[in-house]
Amino acid sequence: MSTPVIDIQGLGFRYPDGTTALVDVDMHIHRGERVALLGPNGAGKTTLILHMNGIHLPQSGTVTVSGLPVAPDSLLDIRRRVGIVFQDPDDQLFMPTVREDVAFGPANLGLEGRDLDERVDRALAMVEVADLADRPPNHLSFGQKRRVAIAGVMAMRPEILILDEPTSNLDPASRVDLTEILNELAVTQMIVTHDLLYALETCDRSIILEAGRIVADGPTWDILGDEELLAAHRLGLPGGLKVENLKRR
Amino acid sequence: MSGSHTHALYRHGHSPLHGVAPQVKIVGAFGVVIAVVLTPRTAFWAFAVYGVVALGLVALAHIPPAYVARRAVVLAPFLLVALLFPLVGSGERIDVLGVSLSVDGLRDLWNVAAKAGLGFTIAVVLASTTEITDLLRGLEALHMPRIVTAIIGFAVRYIDIVAADFTRMRIALASRGYHARSVRAWAMYARTIGTMFMRTYERGERVYLAMLSRVYTGTMPALTGVPVSGTQWAAAVALVGSAMAVMAVSRTIA
Repeated sequence: MSTPVIDIQGLGFRYPDGTTALVDVDMHIHRGERVALLGPNGAGKTTLILHMNGIHLPQSGTVTVSGLPVAPDSLLDIRRRVGIVFQDPDDQLFMPTVREDVAFGPANLGLEGRDLDERVDRALAMVEVADLADRPPNHLSFGQKRRVAIAGVMAMRPEILILDEPTSNLDPASRVDLTEILNELAVTQMIVTHDLLYALETCDRSIILEAGRIVADGPTWDILGDEELLAAHRLGLPGGLKVENLKRR
Repeated sequence: MSGSHTHALYRHGHSPLHGVAPQVKIVGAFGVVIAVVLTPRTAFWAFAVYGVVALGLVALAHIPPAYVARRAVVLAPFLLVALLFPLVGSGERIDVLGVSLSVDGLRDLWNVAAKAGLGFTIAVVLASTTEITDLLRGLEALHMPRIVTAIIGFAVRYIDIVAADFTRMRIALASRGYHARSVRAWAMYARTIGTMFMRTYERGERVYLAMLSRVYTGTMPALTGVPVSGTQWAAAVALVGSAMAVMAVSRTIA
């Protein structure tokens, strides 16, 4: 089998105040996969993804990105390979215009001039916001901001795109738009969410994290069909929806 | 309510001044204001010349005079303080409508009013014709250190969000029956502001994490510059040069 994009083995992490966030996590994500990372609030989902791009360094175990271990001397290369779209797009859009914001990452990678412009234009086109290029971020709708935030990460040509709660605060129409855009992106993806229906719509595979441990890993359809499993981990489809009553994608 | 604060000073338009590069406007505005400030207070003719220039710029920027007048409210505190000068000033005094006023104090009042008024008008012209992000581009083109423009840029970017946070907190307080009735309400507002500091600090941390995640290594990328023509620079140099000449003449004959 090929080298996994993300290979995590025996990862443990404890916050300075003593809170245990991750316990013996093992996870592999292969090229082209789309994986949902599910779990209740406080399960350690965000802590886990911050290990994938080296914002947190492993206290025990290892994190390897396409064969490169996450370590202090590999951080820049790791962050180029692993793109994270954070939950609040306002945290991510800090430059005066959309174009300059999307250029922030690739400019840090050393791109300039025509190459940089081309990279930015492509990323904007991928998420269908080319017409917003010269707008300041504070004049965008929430859905537009989120798309621009995705463009800012895609402009770095990451090997894996990680989205933290991408559907939060989106109205139904923006949510549909976002699903279509993510379906079109040819990149390995991990979607962190507690929106189970969204996981079902977008990801073939799901991983459930609870209290810092992986408690399930398998096809989304099977996991969301296992009511006992969901109930045991304080998850569940809204309004008593059952997976077998839903249309398979 | 978003998007209003930072751009409240800018007036969308297509006047000749809107099209001038920001660095040229910054140099022009700054140069003229320096000339005004260095002019002796009794050189009334010089202030008349500056006044004509300032009004000319207002017209050139297509700004309605009423708009300038409304914005002039910000001058009120300075003028109120200056109004005390003739009353408390020393030296020769004259009677105006039965009130004894100091001549020197009156000159001080005129000095503050004229210079503040002119400086204010020029600032309004600059702010009304230049988007705030273009001001940053202009400052960067003038070699303002990038760290300074970056700090201003962050402030501009996030002030709306912080203001919206504050409004939401006020609404939340009011929704739970909180009424600001007396000075004691200040304690509540102090706590609210404290919470705002914490939230803003936390946001700063999240923004920094997002920057690191996009391979930030300590240097902000340069902002895209605004193209500038030689004609624009020539016009700015002529404007500042004339103002400086007026100032020089007024100082020699004063």
